[in-house]
Amino acid sequence: MDFLGYRRKNGAVGTRNHVLVMSSVSCANGVVQAIGRELPDVKIITHTEGCGRATADVLIARRTLAGLGRNPNVAAVLLVGLGCESIKVDGLAEAIGEVDKPVETIVIQDAGGSVKATAAGIGIARRMLVAAAQQRREPCPLSELTVGMECGGSDALSGLTANCLVGAVADWLVAAGATVILSETTEMIGTEKILAKRAADPRLASEIVDLIQGQRRRTEELLGERAGMVISPGNMDGGLSTITEKSMGCIVKGGTTPIQELVAYGQTPSKKGLVLMDTPGSDIFSLTGMAAGGSQLMLFTTGRGTPAGFPTVPVVKIASNSRLYANMTDDMDFDAGTLIEGRALGDAGEELIGLVQAVAAGQVTKAERNGQEMVAIHTTGPAF
Amino acid sequence: MNRNVIRIHPQDNVAVAVVSIARGDSVTGADMEVLPAVTDIPRHHKVAVAHIASDAPIVKYGEVIARARTAIRAGEWVHTHNIIA
Repeated sequence: MDFLGYRRKNGAVGTRNHVLVMSSVSCANGVVQAIGRELPDVKIITHTEGCGRATADVLIARRTLAGLGRNPNVAAVLLVGLGCESIKVDGLAEAIGEVDKPVETIVIQDAGGSVKATAAGIGIARRMLVAAAQQRREPCPLSELTVGMECGGSDALSGLTANCLVGAVADWLVAAGATVILSETTEMIGTEKILAKRAADPRLASEIVDLIQGQRRRTEELLGERAGMVISPGNMDGGLSTITEKSMGCIVKGGTTPIQELVAYGQTPSKKGLVLMDTPGSDIFSLTGMAAGGSQLMLFTTGRGTPAGFPTVPVVKIASNSRLYANMTDDMDFDAGTLIEGRALGDAGEELIGLVQAVAAGQVTKAERNGQEMVAIHTTGPAF
Repeated sequence: MNRNVIRIHPQDNVAVAVVSIARGDSVTGADMEVLPAVTDIPRHHKVAVAHIASDAPIVKYGEVIARARTAIRAGEWVHTHNIIA
């Protein structure tokens, strides 16, 4: 099965055709924003990383920024650095250039300050926009898609309606040869044995158990003995009885197919099919990790309602209940609450699959229309 | 008869009430036999759709999410008072 996408030189396929202007360090964010103000058609990514972090966090940030540049939805990248930071534009440009797309760099200290750097950046980005506009969509197989699954602002119905529906779509995508990323390690606590028995091989099974148990230990250290043993009162009132039940309601988003691979935060999967990514449950960190891992589209379920989106990746927002869908209709793309009214899962699933195909082919999501473009990189240690 | 519960997976021995169900009401879902509620079941809480022996697994999403602390009757509310992780 095909969709109309942007075929890149390296064979990857974008659902969007963005020119990205991105800082390598937070000190360059102002210039990136100034370029974005002048050229509203570019997408900008700013962040708080790039300097003053321990080595492990520098590696995470570098991998994530490179992944965001390499994402197939991005036609060309302009990197803006300061000059004395630890994550230099040259190294990032090299990592992004490996996928054979146009990358250019500006260093503010070399350019003679922010005004000159901005002017130079506007010139480069404008040329990139003109070049990108030449590219046309063409039929591409769905197997080229990597789709990230996310839930946030969940309610008692998230695990009953929206996440079950997204799980059905995940199975359909995997059957079509695509890659599905299930993330949010915190939300997997209590399901390690269930996920491990779905692993493609025993080594992967033991990696999954280690990952989730490690996350459980860290959560317990930070949140005390309540964590992992007891669910919050809100969940209890909502009818969830155990942490395993709560977490099943999250991981059902990944569908039922075997788990092929476990990747680190922001790492690109090497396998097709269902892949786990180690991200926090916190939405924006998780979306950023999956976008860096090459997701060209993301499905995001919510019960309380969140407007979140991502600069370069369309995020389809699925309401777990019809009241939310009506109340935040400007932010919601799909109403899974109809399952409560008696609509069959298969019927709603077909409609959501149709929406996924339309969005992959260019239909604008509510988050895109609203300019919901937030980025947060999940590092683990302090700044120095 | 409108359905008032959703059983997520065919192997599940619990279903989720989509509305509050009063004792004596019928518990009705797709692909399952109608049974009477033997307790009140709060909205969005679980109801046993078959007899569950003490210490037997509670199955939801087709997976074991808990075990029964006591015997649970078909049509009974299922929550922390009668199941344990």
